[in-house]
Amino acid sequence: MSAEPGHVVIVGAGQAGVMTAEALRSGGFAGAITLLGDEPHGPYHRPPLSKAWLAGEITEPQLVMRAPEMLAKKNITLRTHANVAAIDRAAQTVLLTNGETLHYTGLVLATGSTPRSLPLPGMAAANVLPLRSRDDASRIATGLVHCAEQNLPVVVIGGGFIGLEVAATARKKGLAVTVLEAAPRLLGRVLPPVLSDWYAALHRGHGVNVVLDARIAAVETANDQAVAIQMADGTRVPCGLVVLGVGVSANDALAREAGLATDRGIVVDACGRTADPLIVAAGDCTARQLADGSLIRLESVQNATEQAKSAAAALLGQERPFVATPWFWSDQYDKKLQMAGLSGGADAWAVRGDMAGAAFSVYHFRAGQLVAVDSVNAAKDHLQARKLLDAGVSPTPAQASDLAFDLASLLA
Amino acid sequence: MANITYVEANGASTSVNVPDGWSLMQAATTNGIDGILGECGGSCACATCHCYVDELLMAVLPAPEAGELDMLANVAAERKPNSRLSCQIKASAALEGGTITLPETQE
Repeated sequence: MSAEPGHVVIVGAGQAGVMTAEALRSGGFAGAITLLGDEPHGPYHRPPLSKAWLAGEITEPQLVMRAPEMLAKKNITLRTHANVAAIDRAAQTVLLTNGETLHYTGLVLATGSTPRSLPLPGMAAANVLPLRSRDDASRIATGLVHCAEQNLPVVVIGGGFIGLEVAATARKKGLAVTVLEAAPRLLGRVLPPVLSDWYAALHRGHGVNVVLDARIAAVETANDQAVAIQMADGTRVPCGLVVLGVGVSANDALAREAGLATDRGIVVDACGRTADPLIVAAGDCTARQLADGSLIRLESVQNATEQAKSAAAALLGQERPFVATPWFWSDQYDKKLQMAGLSGGADAWAVRGDMAGAAFSVYHFRAGQLVAVDSVNAAKDHLQARKLLDAGVSPTPAQASDLAFDLASLLA
Repeated sequence: MANITYVEANGASTSVNVPDGWSLMQAATTNGIDGILGECGGSCACATCHCYVDELLMAVLPAPEAGELDMLANVAAERKPNSRLSCQIKASAALEGGTITLPETQE
């Protein structure tokens, strides 16, 4: 597709979808753009849902990413309540569940992801809630109020970022909180053991009951409400609300049913392209091919934003690969964790700063090469880490942990 | 509430009534002011809401906190003495009539 007028249909009005629409416009695309969102709301920011919004520090209007009239000003047609049932690649159409078909000259799949559930009795109870959408967050907020009024504890299943952010918010509100994590440590998929232990201590220090190696037998219900978690060892954890944070699955069914390659995500190259030259994908729904052929799935704002720019460029016939160092963040209590790089396979770690103090960073090494840096209340370390990783420059572990050594000197 | 004027790098000027407690980034992105990205949604994590504040705002705003100062070190455009992250500036009546100028690039 070139910059000739045409019609780009974007399936998904979250971060990736909106950013793709805007990148198409800023890239000079003059044709029609239709942004299809399946929620009742226009585009909004998801990151605050588990943090500032749930804590009541910001209001609903402050979640708005782009006011619908501002999208209209850019000639981006936003449609809410729009569910896509199928893609017909031969006809270049998408079929909506209301029976309508839309013809496209370019198609962007920004379908996001869906929270996983657990195959346990009682999971369908009305107060067992995932956190993905604005409506999910509203239900959890209502649940927190209910718990406060009735003096009931909150149970969080899953010690990942979403679960722990909700746990921290609930503690701020003075509620009793138990976190049940099946693994031997918190955040095991993303953080090294030393930081898992640090986060467990942080939450315990704030009064959270953190249970590791948790084996849940069932959710005990009464009148369609979860009232307790029954553990495999026979213990019972009472609750007024259960928040589920056990990961997400990429929404790749539309692509798969249309004959595109999927592997726990829509398979795309570094430029967001699928095998169909008219179809690109961006954000949580993708599995991106790396140079070595392996696939990576990232669920983050940066991933959505970068892939959106790549995908828009691809539809405009340009190559703009996503090669920047991945970065993420999580806010819990007064601690801002900022992560740069991917720490999988790391075999050595060095700590810079004092883990018992206000700020520190953990440097991850694989075969002597820096691969990731996790910083707590140390934005400066984080930003420097992104520069080091982007440049492929590595300190030694000894240099990383030596506060007297200026890491910036490696970039000079 | 405060009436704030946003001046984009191309000279385009927009005045927005920003409700109390809203950040200047939030008001800009919801009102379609292109010069501010605010990719992280206001968590002081991305440094894509860089702005230059005018003398009025310089006089009334509290100094940046450590996290904002660190992020300012990473802004894409030139950092100046009046550089701020607009996600960290919360509107109140004291900001009435202030102007922020947006850099040419945020990334």
